[in-house]
Amino acid sequence: MGAVTLQNIVKRFGSFTAVHPMSLEIPEGSFVSLLGPSGCGKTTTLRMIAGLLDPSEGDIQINGRRINDVPIHKRNLGLVFQNYALFPHRTIAENVAFGLKFRGVDKAERDERVKKALDLVQLPDVGDRYPKQLSGGQQQRIALARAIVIEPDVLLLDEPLSALDANLREDMRVELKRIQHQIGITTVFVTHDQAEALALSDRIVVMSNGRVEQVGAPEDVYTTPATEFVARFLGASNILPSTCTDADGATVALENSAFGKLVLPRERAPHVSGPGAVKLAVRAEKLAIVAPGAAGAPGEDEVSVPGVIETVDYQGLAARYFVRIGNEQLQAINMIDGSPFAEGAAVDVRLRPRDCTILAEAA
Amino acid sequence: MTVEAREARQPYLLLSPAMVAVTLLLLVPLAFIVVYSFWLRTATGADQAGFFLDNWREALSDAFYRDILLNTLKIAAITTLVCAIMGYPAAYVIARSRGNKAVLLLLLMLPFWISYIIRTMSWINILGASGAINSALMWLGITDAPIQMLYNEASVILGLVHFLLPFMILNIYVSLDGIDTTLEDAACSLGATRWRTFLEVTLPLSLPGLAAGGLLAFVLGAGTYITPIVLGGPTDAMFANLVFEAIITQLNWPLGSALSLMLLAVLGALVLLYNHFLGMGQLMKGLG
Repeated sequence: MGAVTLQNIVKRFGSFTAVHPMSLEIPEGSFVSLLGPSGCGKTTTLRMIAGLLDPSEGDIQINGRRINDVPIHKRNLGLVFQNYALFPHRTIAENVAFGLKFRGVDKAERDERVKKALDLVQLPDVGDRYPKQLSGGQQQRIALARAIVIEPDVLLLDEPLSALDANLREDMRVELKRIQHQIGITTVFVTHDQAEALALSDRIVVMSNGRVEQVGAPEDVYTTPATEFVARFLGASNILPSTCTDADGATVALENSAFGKLVLPRERAPHVSGPGAVKLAVRAEKLAIVAPGAAGAPGEDEVSVPGVIETVDYQGLAARYFVRIGNEQLQAINMIDGSPFAEGAAVDVRLRPRDCTILAEAA
Repeated sequence: MTVEAREARQPYLLLSPAMVAVTLLLLVPLAFIVVYSFWLRTATGADQAGFFLDNWREALSDAFYRDILLNTLKIAAITTLVCAIMGYPAAYVIARSRGNKAVLLLLLMLPFWISYIIRTMSWINILGASGAINSALMWLGITDAPIQMLYNEASVILGLVHFLLPFMILNIYVSLDGIDTTLEDAACSLGATRWRTFLEVTLPLSLPGLAAGGLLAFVLGAGTYITPIVLGGPTDAMFANLVFEAIITQLNWPLGSALSLMLLAVLGALVLLYNHFLGMGQLMKGLG
């Protein structure tokens, strides 16, 4: 088991910088996700840790030891790829035993450990089969077994669930979490899927254009996005340009065109130092759409403004509304009971200021 | 007609021009050859129709034919081996090159733009008594008289390798190009050195291409008759030269037919063996 430390690593391909100076501490036994859209540098970072790419600058350490110059076959890392990468000409048992051959493990122990690994991924009886004879989900479990049977210091997962069908993906997600907990291995997980990152991780590293946007626990990253990118990438958010009018120790007052005056508790706007332009992030699910003058007047801590529904995106359990308030179009995701509001309907939009966040990013 | 019946008919419709061509130009002439092989050439020089086994008896029992057949297979085997050894690294470089793959493949195709006979004859200008190598050696004073490099078995093999190497490279290339490189990454991450990764993953997965290239090189090599004529000596005749000799020089169609069917049977058996173990699909991939 091992902790991973990245110290100002940079990766350039010619004149293109894929990863800008990046530092990260991955504590032993933790599950860290690198989350971002394609081209954000997450896979490049993983490949540098794996030894498949050399960093242009900076150091990579595992357990405090610099491994920049350690070739990949000596790094003792478990690698799982999106396309499984099982050896098609070898049986499942031979695939899983592959890494043990290079570690001087004798035949008897090899068989024993292969059996244990197959038990762990709950596929004990497929040892004699070939990869092609297994389903995608089963192949990915074997790939996982092959990576962990060598007892690597760190497990590196490169979009391991992306090639699977939606339902299977969720099953595998649960399975992956169970296995990671059971063996307690340090895991770096690359994904573009926010749901996977939120469900699996101890910490999420949100990346964009080769830069780290935010690092934090899933709840922190979700509820308190630091940047507009994070706010938009995780879930659906409205970004409202606002003007801070007053800030003291307990509250921050601001104004914008959609809601007028809002007073936020200080912890929702920790970065604001004084009056000026700011960006307010409002999660789509925090905007409540109600019929005008609906029963239950807005609570004391709630603001309510009139709006008009412009588009309805019906999703069964919920609906996504695009609602116009003055000059702004905002999106709101509400659970629906019965039928959703119709397009063109006049509604009230309610919001609790304490559900908003002021981004750390300058406006 | 139902939709199903129309759909079932469509492949045959599309194939029919090719099937007509194959039937008229290959199967019918082949049937003639089979019939001819049982005719008899009489002392007057006329062919006597009938069912005689004399040609087959001669073709199968005469040690002269047997030795030349064995020698032909030996030359084809050596050529195939040399092509494999020379072709694999070249195919690997092409398959693993990033930017200039198209250029390298074009260079590989380039020799096909020149007639095979011209390419074969070009060796006379290189290896001949007044060819490039001998001229250079004599100019440098390393030797006084030209060294005999042409008209022996080695020059025949050289000509065949020159002819067949692109086929071998293409087949191995197709196989290598189809290997997912993450398999190699996975092997390395599990502790295999680059060399072990090659032996354990890359080489086994490219064997179908190697086998397809090998089969093509062997069959084309064993069936060649121009190369021994241009680059071989009087004793370097290959089996196809015997067929040529029988049919064109001696006008003995019945014997020539039997001999050509003999070679066809040997090479056909090889193709069937290949098909049994690897299937024709791989060969088609390499040709396409």
